[in-house]
Amino acid sequence: MIKALIVGLWTTLRHFFSRSVTLEYPEQKWTPPDRFRGRHIHLTNEERKPLCVACGLCEKVCPSGCITIESEKNPDGPGKVVTDYRINYLRCCFCGLCVEVCPKNAIVMGHEYELASEDKESLIMNLDQLLDKRMKSENQ
Amino acid sequence: MIVDIVLQIVKIIVIFAVILTCVAYLTLMERRCLGFFQVRLGPNRVGPWGLFQPIADGLKLFFKEDMTVLHANKFYFILAPVISFVAVLSCFAVVPFAGNAYIIDIPVAVLYLMAISSMGVYGVLLAGWSSNNKYSAMGGYRATAQMISYEIPLALALVGVLILSGSMSIVDIVNSQNGMWYIVKQPLGFIIFLICILAETNRCPFDLYECENELVAGYQTCYSSMKFGLFYIGEYAHIFLACCLITLFYLGGWNGPVLPALAWFFIKVFFCAFCFIWIRATYPRVRYDQLMNLSWKVVLPLAFLNLIVTAVIKVMF
Ligand code: SF4
Ligand code: SF4
Repeated sequence: MIKALIVGLWTTLRHFFSRSVTLEYPEQKWTPPDRFRGRHIHLTNEERKPLCVACGLCEKVCPSGCITIESEKNPDGPGKVVTDYRINYLRCCFCGLCVEVCPKNAIVMGHEYELASEDKESLIMNLDQLLDKRMKSENQ
Repeated sequence: MIVDIVLQIVKIIVIFAVILTCVAYLTLMERRCLGFFQVRLGPNRVGPWGLFQPIADGLKLFFKEDMTVLHANKFYFILAPVISFVAVLSCFAVVPFAGNAYIIDIPVAVLYLMAISSMGVYGVLLAGWSSNNKYSAMGGYRATAQMISYEIPLALALVGVLILSGSMSIVDIVNSQNGMWYIVKQPLGFIIFLICILAETNRCPFDLYECENELVAGYQTCYSSMKFGLFYIGEYAHIFLACCLITLFYLGGWNGPVLPALAWFFIKVFFCAFCFIWIRATYPRVRYDQLMNLSWKVVLPLAFLNLIVTAVIKVMF
């Protein structure tokens, strides 16, 4: 029994001197794993137009009902173009179903996780905020 | 005469300020060390390395709502934290920090310590009883049983030290350790003393009377704000006192080479405090029956054995 007590003390002492696993958050950021489901990103084509064809599938599948799509008839071609696309992050549960269902792979889950805000309005994001500013999609 | 009294009062104020500062930083030390033991950082946000954390904690306690529960016995409810606090702080009156840094050195200091420190249990018992609910009451009963069971071996272990030093004055006890600390001469006594003082100060693995997962918060369940704060300070002051006593009785007090006496004293005391925290980080809480068995069936006989052997050796040589 005494040996066990000493082994216990030794174990905790080793931990005392080992490196802490704490991430000091505002200064150090966390790198999410590849398949992390953060804030959505709307992908664009080479002309900086959203890939979305406003089919409305994501709106339908969303279990929280937090997607709102506004669209109009495509002036120069068949189909529709999306004019606004709002995701209400007050209600989104990051299930990723909208991404799964999209026939055009127009929407993906991004890595951004800092979604706290002091006013609710800023958490209802529109197309402009969701559009991918950096990445060009090969997927036309 | 007047000058003497004023000097004495100034001394008391200074020493108590030092003690309370140490106690405040003991809480910080505990939280940070526990953090390191659990491979995290502990509080480090308030000030550099979290050094202002105790001040922030204190302020927070002041601003909390001070409640007295309706069905409590008001008088004892308020009296209880005061008793706990006063009982511990009065003990420091006879604790010498260095060769001459003490408030008073009375020839029966050890007796005084034993008597006053056992007063603390009244605070806990009254708190448990006057809050008038089952968790507090259970905490109070456990406290009484635990204190009584562990005070006896504690005193017996101390008698070993008293036999060797031949005096009850703490200054004399420390001086008689010049050259050889009593931890060497009294290893068994030291371990018994350590176990008992852990139980007396209500530390893990013996923190039976406020164990969160059984009793909510034991005797403190109904306390808030500064009334809780007094218990809290009292508890940590008790730990600080325990560390001082271990240092004085077994680790040679302020004796040590090169560094000044005061520095040695505080190094030893904070090393003891570290060990307290280390033990808390390591061992799980014992069960109530194990606690009682340990006291009456293991520690007490060993304490008697230690006492007899010490006495026999002292008489023979
Ligand atoms: S992740 Fe789920 S909840 Fe959020 S918008 Fe997509 S479907 Fe709706
Ligand atoms: S499922 Fe895809 S293409 Fe259809 S509306 Fe949603 S984002 Fe646009």
